[in-house]
Amino acid sequence: MTKKMWYSLMATLMITVLVLSACTTPATEAPPMTEPPETEAPMTEAPTEAAGTEAPMTEAPTGGQVEVFSWWTGGGEAAGLEAMMGVFAEQYPDVEFVNAAVAGGAGTNARAVLATRLQAGDPPDSWQGHAGQELIGTYVAGGQIEPLNDLYESEGWIDVMPETLIPLISQDGNIYSVPVNIHRANVLWYNPAVLEANGVEVPASIDEWFTAMDTLQAAGVTPLALGEQWTKMHLMETVLLGTLGADAYNGLWDGTTDWGSAEVKTGLDNFAKALTYANSDSSSLSWQDAAQLVINGDAAFNVMGDWAEGYFRELGKAPNTDYGWAPTPGSDGVFQFLSDSFVLAVGAPDAEAATAWLKIAGSKEGQEAFNPVKGSICARTDCDASLFGEYLQSAMDDWSTDVVVGSLAHGVVANDSWKTEIDTALGLFVADSNVENFQAALVAACTSSGPCK
Amino acid sequence: MSRDKDRFLNILLISPSILAVLIFVYVFIGWSVRVSLSKWKGLTADYTWNGINNYLELFKDPRFHVDIRNTVIFTGVFVFGSIILGFILAVMLDQGLKGEGFFRSLFLFPMAISYIVTGVVWRWLMNPAAGSRTSGFNLLFTNVGLDSLVNQWHTTPTWGIAAIALAAIWQMSGYTMALYLAGLRAIPLELKEAARIDGASEFQIYRRIMLPLLSPVTLSALIILGHMSLKVFDLIIAIAGKQLPLDVPAIYMWQVTFDGLFYGKGAAIGILLLISVAVLIIPYIRYTLKTEAQS
Repeated sequence: MTKKMWYSLMATLMITVLVLSACTTPATEAPPMTEPPETEAPMTEAPTEAAGTEAPMTEAPTGGQVEVFSWWTGGGEAAGLEAMMGVFAEQYPDVEFVNAAVAGGAGTNARAVLATRLQAGDPPDSWQGHAGQELIGTYVAGGQIEPLNDLYESEGWIDVMPETLIPLISQDGNIYSVPVNIHRANVLWYNPAVLEANGVEVPASIDEWFTAMDTLQAAGVTPLALGEQWTKMHLMETVLLGTLGADAYNGLWDGTTDWGSAEVKTGLDNFAKALTYANSDSSSLSWQDAAQLVINGDAAFNVMGDWAEGYFRELGKAPNTDYGWAPTPGSDGVFQFLSDSFVLAVGAPDAEAATAWLKIAGSKEGQEAFNPVKGSICARTDCDASLFGEYLQSAMDDWSTDVVVGSLAHGVVANDSWKTEIDTALGLFVADSNVENFQAALVAACTSSGPCK
Repeated sequence: MSRDKDRFLNILLISPSILAVLIFVYVFIGWSVRVSLSKWKGLTADYTWNGINNYLELFKDPRFHVDIRNTVIFTGVFVFGSIILGFILAVMLDQGLKGEGFFRSLFLFPMAISYIVTGVVWRWLMNPAAGSRTSGFNLLFTNVGLDSLVNQWHTTPTWGIAAIALAAIWQMSGYTMALYLAGLRAIPLELKEAARIDGASEFQIYRRIMLPLLSPVTLSALIILGHMSLKVFDLIIAIAGKQLPLDVPAIYMWQVTFDGLFYGKGAAIGILLLISVAVLIIPYIRYTLKTEAQS
């Protein structure tokens, strides 16, 4: 009996071993992949030495492939990427381009997939990320992306990008990503006909804005079109910027402006007041729905990034007659930006090809191919303005002259953890309208995930 | 001799699945428990011991309080609604009416749809817009003169989650009906007839005879619907997206882990979800195993 038992046990074990080995055969690539994380650590500490490990690759510049990971799977974004891939294929015909795009709005799904790949030590050569702290706080802290200062110097990008942009995409003097496009967050969209019918001027300051919205509300017009929760965060950051001004707003993110201060309280009170002018069904509307309220004349104002302009054009509307724009109240002369950018992975399977891709992403040709299709402006200030429409031309002018600050809702100024905590505080605030609790939660969030001590 | 051979074969055939379950369920549960006791925040794994601080923080977290409240409301409305509606449908179908097969499939069909599809459709139906943009149920109510029924649906403060439960009831009441119908068919007709001869009214028959005999079915329905509602995620995402008033633990877990990179906290929410489901399921499994062994 017991002997039989032993036999069965042995046989079971053998089967198990067979099954397991069968399971592992497709993953023969896995073992080498688990090694890079160990080599990552020294690279981040001494970035210049990293070139040493890549040296063998520079001797074989032709061939190879570059895997580029993004969430550009549809619409103008995907078409823009295709256009940029065309430029890449022209200049590097020998390098195979692998488009590893993962569908999902604003990259939520893509980032989850990327996180899994990075944890498994299987990074793509280059991936898309919102420029700024969303990249830096996550991937630099994890030692997963390389600094690109050398590339910025050799390609002359420092001279063609706005001076105030560079600190926002750097950490400790190292630049970590190549911005491909620029969107503006602080844009106030309005319906010119509705404003004219009610004798309202385009407001320049927050107080003027509130007065205008009082007039509109009295006339029975919804003053402000608002959508789901993230659009409320978008509104909050522009109101904070309008109240505090560029310097104090920047200070919120580097710890020099106190979140518990009276000015911030004023900003939050303004935000709370702005919410009272919004449509009552905001939480069931997407940003498109909210923007459409303005176009249809159901609402007067909408605060949204300038991708809304692409949407208005899609609807067949004409600039200045069907929709007008201005910097959000109190933010004239300030360009609150967000940007899609590409990084170089630490331990990239083909670092040479990845660098070639980044050169295209930062080049005039690449950006001129991508941006008119996507409906954004170039991160470079030397792009040909005639390729762009009326709104984008005005944005290009502002981009090269304004003070540049970063957006919160779109990942420039706060890392993911901090942003999630702010989002939770904001959600609770929208439900209970308690400004004191909101401010206390924001102070706590800055301490737990931001630079505040 | 042959019994030994059988046993050998049995173990052999079952071993791959035992192994797979062991690794992919229990080892991973163990790993999640470990992560939930760590300070892991950010993309790189960090197993620094943090005790039960993640759990303590959650119990203090006002957002988690919203989650618990929403889960309780959702579970209550969804389970109660599905069971009542399912029972009524089953009793009606049990009257031997013409076209029973047709209606049975009709009521069961929603179950074949994924929650995402249900969510998208109900998002349109429960559109809370007012004025000229009114649509869905609200438009229907206005047009037939039932203006008092027009409401904010899932955007109602505090109780909005109950509107989501309506969509879930629509989807799952057919399934409950199928459970009850099978139960009703299993009750011998003689019992009903004997009760009628004793002068019991139809209501009394259902109240005193059918319902008690159906209690195992009710229990099954309660457990199955209950654990589904604790884990609800896709339906809410499809109807309302990530919005705090409709937050539930599963959505919080997703957001805090993958958007906020608080892996420790996310794992803690996952473990609490697991415990809440286990509290519901384990007594049921033991009960089922016991009754099966008896019969």
